[in-house]
Amino acid sequence: MSETPAVTPELAALHPGTLDCVHCGMCLSSCPTYRETGRESSSPRGRIYLMRGVAEGAIPLGDVTAEELHLCLGCRACETACPSGVAYGELLERGRAAVADAGLRNGLVGRLERFALRHVVPHRGRLRALVDLTAIAQRLGLTRFIPPARLLPRVPARSTRARLPREFAAQGERRGRVALFEGCIMAELFADVNRATARVLARNGFAVVVPPAQGCCGALQAHAGDPKTAKRLEAHNAAVFEGGDFAAIVSNSAGCGAHQRPHDARVRDVCELLDEAGLRVPTGRLPLRVCYDDPCHLLHGQGVGDAPRRLLRAIDGVELVDHADPGSCCGAAGTYNVVQPEMSRAVLARKLDALAAADPDVIVTGNPGCLMQLRAGARERGLRAEVLHPVELLDRAYGA
Amino acid sequence: MSQLHAALRAIVGPEACLTRAEELYVYEADGLTVHSARPSAVVLPADTDQVARVVRACRAHGVPFVPRGAGTGLSGGAVAADDGVIIECSRMDRVLQISGDDRLAVVQPGVVNADLSKAVAHTGLFYAPDPSSQLACTLGGNVAENSGGPHTLKYGTTTNHVLALEMVLPDGEVVRLGSRSGHAPGFDLVGAVVGGEGTLGIVTEITVRLVPVPESVETLLGIFPDVVSACRAVGAITKSGLVPAALEIVDRRTIEAVEASVYAAGLPTDAGAVLIVELDGPEAGVARQVERVREFALSHGARVEVARDEAERQRFWRARKGAFGAMGRLAPDLYVHDAVVPRAKLPEILERVCEIGDRYRLRLCNVFHAGDGNLHPNICFDRRDADELARVVAAGEEILRTCVEAGGVISGEHGIGTEKREYMPLLFGEADLDAMARLRESFDPERVCNPGKVFPSTRFCVESNPKARGYDRVPL
Ligand SMILES: Cc1cc2nc3c(=O)[nH]c(=O)nc-3n(C[C@H](O)[C@H](O)[C@H](O)COP(=O)(O)OP(=O)(O)OC[C@H]3O[C@@H](n4cnc5c(N)ncnc54)[C@H](O)[C@@H]3O)c2cc1C
Ligand code: SF4
Ligand code: SF4
Repeated sequence: MSETPAVTPELAALHPGTLDCVHCGMCLSSCPTYRETGRESSSPRGRIYLMRGVAEGAIPLGDVTAEELHLCLGCRACETACPSGVAYGELLERGRAAVADAGLRNGLVGRLERFALRHVVPHRGRLRALVDLTAIAQRLGLTRFIPPARLLPRVPARSTRARLPREFAAQGERRGRVALFEGCIMAELFADVNRATARVLARNGFAVVVPPAQGCCGALQAHAGDPKTAKRLEAHNAAVFEGGDFAAIVSNSAGCGAHQRPHDARVRDVCELLDEAGLRVPTGRLPLRVCYDDPCHLLHGQGVGDAPRRLLRAIDGVELVDHADPGSCCGAAGTYNVVQPEMSRAVLARKLDALAAADPDVIVTGNPGCLMQLRAGARERGLRAEVLHPVELLDRAYGA
Repeated sequence: MSQLHAALRAIVGPEACLTRAEELYVYEADGLTVHSARPSAVVLPADTDQVARVVRACRAHGVPFVPRGAGTGLSGGAVAADDGVIIECSRMDRVLQISGDDRLAVVQPGVVNADLSKAVAHTGLFYAPDPSSQLACTLGGNVAENSGGPHTLKYGTTTNHVLALEMVLPDGEVVRLGSRSGHAPGFDLVGAVVGGEGTLGIVTEITVRLVPVPESVETLLGIFPDVVSACRAVGAITKSGLVPAALEIVDRRTIEAVEASVYAAGLPTDAGAVLIVELDGPEAGVARQVERVREFALSHGARVEVARDEAERQRFWRARKGAFGAMGRLAPDLYVHDAVVPRAKLPEILERVCEIGDRYRLRLCNVFHAGDGNLHPNICFDRRDADELARVVAAGEEILRTCVEAGGVISGEHGIGTEKREYMPLLFGEADLDAMARLRESFDPERVCNPGKVFPSTRFCVESNPKARGYDRVPL
């Protein structure tokens, strides 16, 4: 550390964002990785200090910074806690891109992650082939031998993974026309949630269009420090959705929504849209004890926390119960549970403790990663609760 | 040093002993970024026994050590004098016992202040001292700094709420001070350790008093045309014999910053100052008090708003408690000053403080515990600008001198640390400092526990005590 390390323009670009941090530490206790390790370097303030140090040439960009930036869940709970308005999510993406540029993420896990995010996830055909393979492996019971694969939900039958119809007609008095964003993983593994989303929107008077050319939004790639791939995917979707005849682009995946919002002012989370429009109260009754768990990228990334709760409370029979710390991460965090299994499990364990204590019939959360993580967690822990997306519960209430 | 590292690793495990350069780099400052110094190692012990063994290992190698909580301190207290080892208590974060009947809780030092009140909520009790940093700061840090908060006015500071302590003395011995009942015969050693700024030993277990959640709480805002009339209203309220739970003033520049942050609470940006008054107690009494406070505020030219519900009340307080960080929006660094003046002199001193800020061409805002006369002039700056940094330090000193001349003291609640140790002679003579030094030496004769803090650097020079390594070399 004696000689001054070189500061490239990319590293220097990290600097302005770090200056908003006044080092007050108010974010520390909101950070799941800090709570787990107790290390300053795994706290938001520590990570920002490291990035600032690197950008100022006070420390070289080395292993500790690379490790800690990748140990970060990207949950952005620190942004909600920070009174100084530090845009941490953006800083993290830049920091991780710098780490990748410096070749500090070339281990097997890093390479595999990059490959998958660049060459599999954004390609519908390839992703589908991989999901098909997973389905076979699940049927043969092979997934037992591949720890990350154990997280995956039972792959739905191929028929339910079929593409959504291009349009759903509005029911009742028409309130507008919206586009549905299908997502990459959502479309493959949670096509039933997509269908439920379209049905619930239609029930609420929205005509729904599903532009067929749309693709992956680029969120996972941006989070993993691959802004180039992310930009390419963003540009593709921008062209697909540009000028379309709809008032909103509806997302039911918190991670995708949070990523798309800064690029397109029309993006809305499905719960937010329904709440704003005024939910048509379902006539059915569901006598259930429900815990709502905030997806980080809905609460901390988009500031949406009350809307889903209001929708759930509107369902006759639903008793919404609080569990400890619904706004803290479940450890899914995009690809995190696969690339950082140890920390992910520790973070999940705290979440399951809280949920177990509240003992709900249903756990509700609106993001594919969280759905997978909580389903796998609930199964392992032996919780009786079913884990659902809010629109699934609404959909049932309309049908009940 | 590498021998010491090996010894520390053997005690706490390799993963809880940090020695890589970047890992140490992030420990070079606490909430005060003006002073920095890098430790030679950081350990994260899991229990009292590990703390005691770490202390003994450091002593065997002649290396000083420094306890640390969340590092939200504002006087440089948790920063290691050069080559010191930081004993980071963040992993000792368990609430060990809650007794509703005895109205007490036993906690490890790394428990976060706000988490304690959450953990005991089911008993109908709470832990009263509420520093604005309560969402992050630890009870270990609170004990060391004798922290206060907005509700100090009625409930007192940390020292009024600590019943007993377990601590590791600087020679590695584990002792228990005080008693669960609060009655301990002999000298009040708990009283000495609370506010000892981590120089008397490492606190490893804290027994705190809990108090009942009041039956009713009302919070009102007095919106004043200027800060001086707000201060006069505070004087009138306290003179009348009312004891509000809190009396806080937020000035115009602070309001602007808060309202631009996530803690925006709908504070009026056209006000010259906002006075937050909280009243608590039995319902009937509180209603009467609200009316009396309202009259005092109105007669001093204010407009009054009462929080309509619990959510609005929480929002007011979040705005008040987030004020420091919100001011971070104005510049990369913030210097939070802390001094106390007799309440009657508040208006006059505030005017002088603002004048000092202007004269040094600094952006200065005020948010403070008006009921206690505890001022927090906050100065926004950029530490990379050497000239501005020098002006910040000079203005800070002038503010302290002004407060002391008015009969005040140089710190209300943030402690002396490295920040103010050179100003101690403003307040204390040789004999006073000697008495304090003797107390300190009876705990830590070799001054290995958090050296370089509290006492002015000219007092214990290296000649008089060659073992006090680095004591005189802390950058100021
Ligand atoms: C935004 C903000 C608002 C604040 N508001 C207030 C306020 O309203 N009132 C107030 O009083 N303070 C306030 N502070 C200052 C600070 O939060 C308090 O001093 C707090 O008690 C420090 O706790 P910590 O855990 O961060 O301790 P640290 O900063 O880590 O350490 C502080 C001191 O405690 C010592 N210490 C830590 N742990 C132990 C232990 N186990 N045994 C012995 N010594 C120990 C350290 O050596 C150091 O000297 C504020 C700070 C910030 C950033
Ligand atoms: S709360 Fe914000 S300003 Fe304070 S340390 Fe955390 S990131 Fe920095
Ligand atoms: S994004 Fe989440 S894990 Fe990362 S620093 Fe912020 S709070 Fe911690």
